[in-house]
Amino acid sequence: MTALLPGSSRPRPLRGRPDLHTSYAAEMALLNTPGKRRGVAALAVAGALLALALTDDWLVILARGCALAIGAIGLNLVTGYAGQVSLGHAFFVGVGAYTASALSGDPADGALIGLGVRDMALWLPAAGAVAGLAGLLVAPIATRLRGLYLAIVTLGLVFLGEHVFREWTALTGGVGVGRPGPAPQLLGWRFAEGSALLTGAQQTYLVLFALLCLFALGGRNLARSDVGRAFAAVRDRDIAASIIGVDLRRTKLAAFTVSSFYAGVCGALLYVVTPYVEPGSFNLNLSVQFIAMVLIGGVATISGSIMGALFLATLLRVTQEIIPRLLPFIDTAPRRDTLLTTTQLETILYGLLIVVFLIAEPRGLYGIWVRIRNYWKGWPFSY
Amino acid sequence: MTADPVLVVEDVRLDFSGVRALDGVSFAVGPRDLFAVIGPNGAGKTSIFNVVSGVYRPQQGSVRFLGDDLVGVRPDVIARRGVGRTFQNIELFANLTVIDNLLLGRHQHLRYGVGAAVAWSGRARRAELANRAAVEDIVDFLEIEQYRRSPVGLLPYGVQKRVELGRALAMEPKLLLLDEPVAGMNLEETEDMARFLLDIRDELDIPMILVEHDMGLVMDLADRVLVLDFGRPIAVGPPTEVQRHPDVLRAYLGEEHGAQRDVRASALATAADRPPSEVRP
Repeated sequence: MTALLPGSSRPRPLRGRPDLHTSYAAEMALLNTPGKRRGVAALAVAGALLALALTDDWLVILARGCALAIGAIGLNLVTGYAGQVSLGHAFFVGVGAYTASALSGDPADGALIGLGVRDMALWLPAAGAVAGLAGLLVAPIATRLRGLYLAIVTLGLVFLGEHVFREWTALTGGVGVGRPGPAPQLLGWRFAEGSALLTGAQQTYLVLFALLCLFALGGRNLARSDVGRAFAAVRDRDIAASIIGVDLRRTKLAAFTVSSFYAGVCGALLYVVTPYVEPGSFNLNLSVQFIAMVLIGGVATISGSIMGALFLATLLRVTQEIIPRLLPFIDTAPRRDTLLTTTQLETILYGLLIVVFLIAEPRGLYGIWVRIRNYWKGWPFSY
Repeated sequence: MTADPVLVVEDVRLDFSGVRALDGVSFAVGPRDLFAVIGPNGAGKTSIFNVVSGVYRPQQGSVRFLGDDLVGVRPDVIARRGVGRTFQNIELFANLTVIDNLLLGRHQHLRYGVGAAVAWSGRARRAELANRAAVEDIVDFLEIEQYRRSPVGLLPYGVQKRVELGRALAMEPKLLLLDEPVAGMNLEETEDMARFLLDIRDELDIPMILVEHDMGLVMDLADRVLVLDFGRPIAVGPPTEVQRHPDVLRAYLGEEHGAQRDVRASALATAADRPPSEVRP
């Protein structure tokens, strides 16, 4: 109606009618209601302000959570949106971590591969691209296999990767030795070193938070695009998808490539936060952690991936530091009177959380958020 | 038929390790044709659709669509050449909204890459807006305005059938294959669907092949009918001719009763499943 009013060239939304759109552009916008726009802006500001509000050790954990969230978005794109169960995510994370480390490594070091490309603007896209390429090479298998069979093949990938990372000492430094992670330097700014205004941890967190926002936006755009719809079509009914013109091979290829790109970026960023890359880190346990993030956060949602990753990253701190202090029979290293090590406790917790969420709230943390939102939408009425 | 046929199926044979699903099936569909395929359960009606849309590959015979051979071509390529299809059991993407399902029908018209999608570049945005507008025409045509943003899985059965027709129409097909479009529908829904089918033929000029068990609908709407029995074509022609064909009556009503159909048709319709010896007088 507003479009008909004289003098209004651009229709404005009516007050109190957030879902009434007067153009396709307004309807299809990413944040298509005032509530969403305000909410996301508030979240972004709050996320940035956390850098000032929290202590450095918490910021390191949150920075790690941001990196993990990028990886979880990647896994959610291929497993949640496109329905291709992948247990091989840890492998692509490893490829990204080593690509970035090797690129930014010191060329003078005789023992380790290093190309001296120290800027993040170069090694970060390269880490994603190489991992994406690895995904592209693996994808043809996915176009021929489904469900459990695909899961088993991608599981094999993790073991292959673990072996290569262990043996290729010129790249990885070998078991127990490792190598330094990529240089924390963005367009000449060494953000890991503190400045007069902020500490190194604060700056690192801000950089990773900004990157998470960027990659989340990219993931969300992909999900709402035609490519994302094709992912969902392949997931829900692949034969019907092909009969309406969706090329299954191309779609799965795209899903694996994008997912691996995100995993590669995640790998590179993880070792900006934790400065040492251990070749044993890219094991099945890491893949399971990513699956836990996706399931706990919410399958086929970008915001859920972020929530799941941040939740697990914080949980890690609780299990490693707080629980051993409270319960004497749990310790980081096995001693005579320890019942469980923290690693074992984590594994048990992941399993338990996955089971609890699958039974109680299959839509994950995202589903809990939807319930809260719907409650307040109708408040004070129950529906 | 005066103009060149859109689809020519010639002498198609399809075997599933010993079971002959289709045996020497030939027919042609012209522009603006509403061609129906009927036959008892298991006669091979849906198999014909699966051959035409590339899900099955026949052992023998040819399928020519607008001059191109379709045998051995991938389903998605056949779809892009202009064959749209609906399914007997609804094959919609249940988690997606009506609009998203219809937009997926337009997948072939949205050719931008992953990069453009991630960056939501001008190209992707323009393509999405243009196709959203195109989909609205179908929403309007099929009168499903109130369901636009509902996930398809939550909609009633009759509406889902309509959305599936819409998804096939969104492809802008040059030939439409409709597998039992009114199966399980009540009278009103069936009449609505019949109206849509006639509108598709008259307004959109799309030739259709219809597989249907509702004989009233087939006889009222179809220009020509092909009757299959155990994979063999037993009659082709206008509905009035096919209805009187002795082989057709035998296939539907049982052995040897073609001649006495008027007397015994109602009794035999219920007895058709029994062996012939039991129904002999």
